[in-house]
Amino acid sequence: MIIKISKNNVRNKFVKKVEELSGQDLLACYQCGKCSAGCPAVSQMDILPNQIIRLAQLGLKNELFKSKSIWVCASCMTCNTRCPKGINIAEVIEAVRQILLRKRKDHVEIKNLTEEEKSCVPPIALIANFRKFTG
Amino acid sequence: MKISYYPGCTLKNHAKNFEDSSLFALSHLGVDVQELSRWNCCGTVFSLATDDLMHHLAPIRNLIRVKEAESDKVMTPCAMCYNTLKRANEYVKNNPENLDKINQFMYREKIEYKGDVEILHLLELLKDEVKFDHIKKKMTKPLSDLKVASYYGCYLVRPQSIGIDDAENPTIIEELISLLGAQPIDFPYKTECCGAYQTVDKPEVVAERTFQILQSVQSKQADVVVVSCPLCAFNLDHRQKETEQIYPEFKNIPILYFTQLMAIAFGCPEDVLKFDLHYIDPKSILKKKGLI
Repeated sequence: MIIKISKNNVRNKFVKKVEELSGQDLLACYQCGKCSAGCPAVSQMDILPNQIIRLAQLGLKNELFKSKSIWVCASCMTCNTRCPKGINIAEVIEAVRQILLRKRKDHVEIKNLTEEEKSCVPPIALIANFRKFTG
Repeated sequence: MKISYYPGCTLKNHAKNFEDSSLFALSHLGVDVQELSRWNCCGTVFSLATDDLMHHLAPIRNLIRVKEAESDKVMTPCAMCYNTLKRANEYVKNNPENLDKINQFMYREKIEYKGDVEILHLLELLKDEVKFDHIKKKMTKPLSDLKVASYYGCYLVRPQSIGIDDAENPTIIEELISLLGAQPIDFPYKTECCGAYQTVDKPEVVAERTFQILQSVQSKQADVVVVSCPLCAFNLDHRQKETEQIYPEFKNIPILYFTQLMAIAFGCPEDVLKFDLHYIDPKSILKKKGLI
């Protein structure tokens, strides 16, 4: 696999958009890994939270857009609580999700959920799921 | 003290056991709460995008309802509602320009919101205003010999700025459990996320979380787990069905709301507890301990 790292990517529009939507300074991250160490969802992830920040720093948006990780995140805020630099990783992940959702492609197709799936879970689960996974 | 009560969407159906036991406990303690009139869903999650004002409308509209009720305090038992309402409130208090935009958008409301409502989780109300000593005095049936693991999940304690207790090692529910006569059991995953809304489209993710969390509980030999969130309750209780399919050696454990234990300690009639809403039946362990 070839990943092209270039000066053009590092401060591209995508990076600026992620910083704007998340309100976070990506370059503050020094890759200590505490976010990934604390994340309860890592067993289901393909790229780890600290890797998400690294890819975002480098402007490598395609890797981020393809990842499963951003959709497995439940915004539990453990990463935010642990980060020694006070970076809100959860907000950064939300920013990447929002960039994708705002392209009018929902992560969850509500019409594909069965009646059983929709009625067995409490309303709180449906609402939260649709708020996070649809645009 | 005039306190508004905000139930949220799920306490009226899937989590009626949470509502009924909370209201029974509050009534027994002599606390008068008024359910908010015309409340709407709070939105369940606080939007994390900096430019998203639309998703703050739902929680702020509820705070306008509080002001309409001539109250400036609202209490909710649901951890997600507490988190969303509180964070939305803090957001508008810190961003007066955006609060103005939100008020302008909701121009048909009779009141402009000024950021002056106080939001309390039920546990805060019990600890800070009702006081634990008072709760102990009102107890009629100590929960002796019951080993209780307190599961906080995420939204009660994170982010730390609005958490009701320490984000890494909260103890408020254990304190309540102790004074109700039960034995609190500490375990390392008490603030570990249950997977929350992943339960809708990725129940296998939640089944894995449930396994990790409850295995940690069982290694400490607890009898039951208490929670303060209808989504945690659903994930830890109902999703045990998916968990036992993936892990055949998994042992079931009943999940209760902390208010159901309070109601039992206050001598409630059994129909307040609504055990038919549970997946893993708590009746047998509670009968065994002589509590029901």
